[in-house]
Amino acid sequence: MPVITYRDALGQAIREEMQRDDRVFLMGEEVGVYNGAYKVSKGFLQEFGEMRVVDTPITELGFAGVGVGAAMVGLRPVIEFMTWNFALLAIDQVVNAAAKMLYMSGGQFKMPIVFRGPNGAALQLAAQHSQAWESWLAHIPGLKVIAPGTPYDAKGLLKSAIRDDNPVCVLEGEMLYNTKGEVPDEEYLIPLGKADLKREGDHCSIITHGKMVLVAMQAADQLAKDGIRVDVVDLRTVRPMDVEAIVASVNKTNRAVVLEEGWEICGVGAQVVDYIQRECFDSLDAPVVRVHQADVPMPYTKSLEKAAKPDVPKTIAAVRKVMYLD
Amino acid sequence: LFGRVDGCARGKGGSMHFFDREKNFLGGHGIVGGHVPIAAGVGFAIKYRGGDQVIVCFMGESVVNTGAFHEALNMAALWKLPCVFIIENNRYGMGTALERASAIHDIYERGAAYNMARAQCDGQDVFTVRQSVSEAVERARKEQMPTLLEIRTYRFMGHSMSDAVSGTYRTKAELEEYMKRDPITIQSERMKQNGELTDQQLQQMDTDIKAVVQDSWDFADASPELPIEALWEDVLVDTTT
Repeated sequence: MPVITYRDALGQAIREEMQRDDRVFLMGEEVGVYNGAYKVSKGFLQEFGEMRVVDTPITELGFAGVGVGAAMVGLRPVIEFMTWNFALLAIDQVVNAAAKMLYMSGGQFKMPIVFRGPNGAALQLAAQHSQAWESWLAHIPGLKVIAPGTPYDAKGLLKSAIRDDNPVCVLEGEMLYNTKGEVPDEEYLIPLGKADLKREGDHCSIITHGKMVLVAMQAADQLAKDGIRVDVVDLRTVRPMDVEAIVASVNKTNRAVVLEEGWEICGVGAQVVDYIQRECFDSLDAPVVRVHQADVPMPYTKSLEKAAKPDVPKTIAAVRKVMYLD
Repeated sequence: LFGRVDGCARGKGGSMHFFDREKNFLGGHGIVGGHVPIAAGVGFAIKYRGGDQVIVCFMGESVVNTGAFHEALNMAALWKLPCVFIIENNRYGMGTALERASAIHDIYERGAAYNMARAQCDGQDVFTVRQSVSEAVERARKEQMPTLLEIRTYRFMGHSMSDAVSGTYRTKAELEEYMKRDPITIQSERMKQNGELTDQQLQQMDTDIKAVVQDSWDFADASPELPIEALWEDVLVDTTT
């Protein structure tokens, strides 16, 4: 099976869907002439032309709205935000327009639109450029939110997102673009709303999504050296969340660590813990522990940034804690 | 308006949110300025498909101070989208007079920033409005160029049910002055002078229109509220099948 980068997996997904359906177009800052701020759309302009690969001014609110209008009348826009941090300027269109159009029009206007871009911290980009937004978006009925952690998932989920008749927010990992993984040549789709058991173990569950899947897998490798076997449940879709998969894993291991990139308060992990306490109360052998970013704006200083981020040692410590090993 | 099942948005929209897909009526958006980029998006879709339709986008004058308005106008002009942006300038954004909210008062000139065709017209005269809108629509259809059209009018009622017609932010004298220029009065007086309309005909029209309004009211009032199951309907398109 070919091994490709996360970046190329995303690019393949959009290219294949644009080839398949001429209603699909890509719009955003630097997607065309520049080949994409992160080179996801390299070569697209030459292949599809400027009507379908649309460079916009720096105007997130404006072009997100253009996407919403185009989707109202039957096109299938893929709107690229250079980062989700900039999408805050467009949040009115995502939350007030896209997420509510079907409901408020009494089912008349579908909203087949994808909003995508990198999410979360990279390296020393400072507080305004280092934020994970999935809990904000997942809070909103009318949106779907996906956060793929591997090239395979990125391609399969993004293709499904583009074919979905609902607004889908795709949270990519800036630090994941260069990561590599197996992606088959033949076409495949991954259904939205289905988690993936990335690793099997019976001592503890780590429930995570997006970029933190890599952290969980590395933590699992190291824990295995001490004979600790963990389940790694990759949610893949944050909304709608695959509660069944969480419950199945926790009922098997009786212990859970919930790992996410964002902040603690009202985070995605808070919702996961709520499902666990409701559905797995009698099978828990220890309180659930959460791993997340420190509750501060991301510091610029290298050492402080490292201290703020969730990482492998913090995840290992959390697993050992719920197993009463330390 | 009534939130009933026979409404154009099945009671789910709200008083500011009418939608009718069959008639290409695209809303109905409640965030001031938020719909202007959406209209540009419809214009983009028309151009994308190579059609000759035109999108007409209405807004109040307070919209021109929002970022969404400027972002949308820039793209519509830059990409030559078949959009007609119509500002219904009724002088007040809720209770704030235009002069207290906008640094310039001939607000159609905002289009100058984007080299966009622009015009201002008297909204109290039906023929002037028809002429101005026709020119803008033709420009969009034939030249694929957007227009910003400021139509000057006035609000005879309060901003909302709870807003007094006059008193705090405008005087009764001002209101009465503008009411002399009611577009219906202007048009009917002109038609009477031209011998095209008698008082009797005017009265009959008034009676007929009131009957249509009453019928509409009765129809809406008789329509049931939505069943409780509708709470969960149309949040998402079901893609499981």
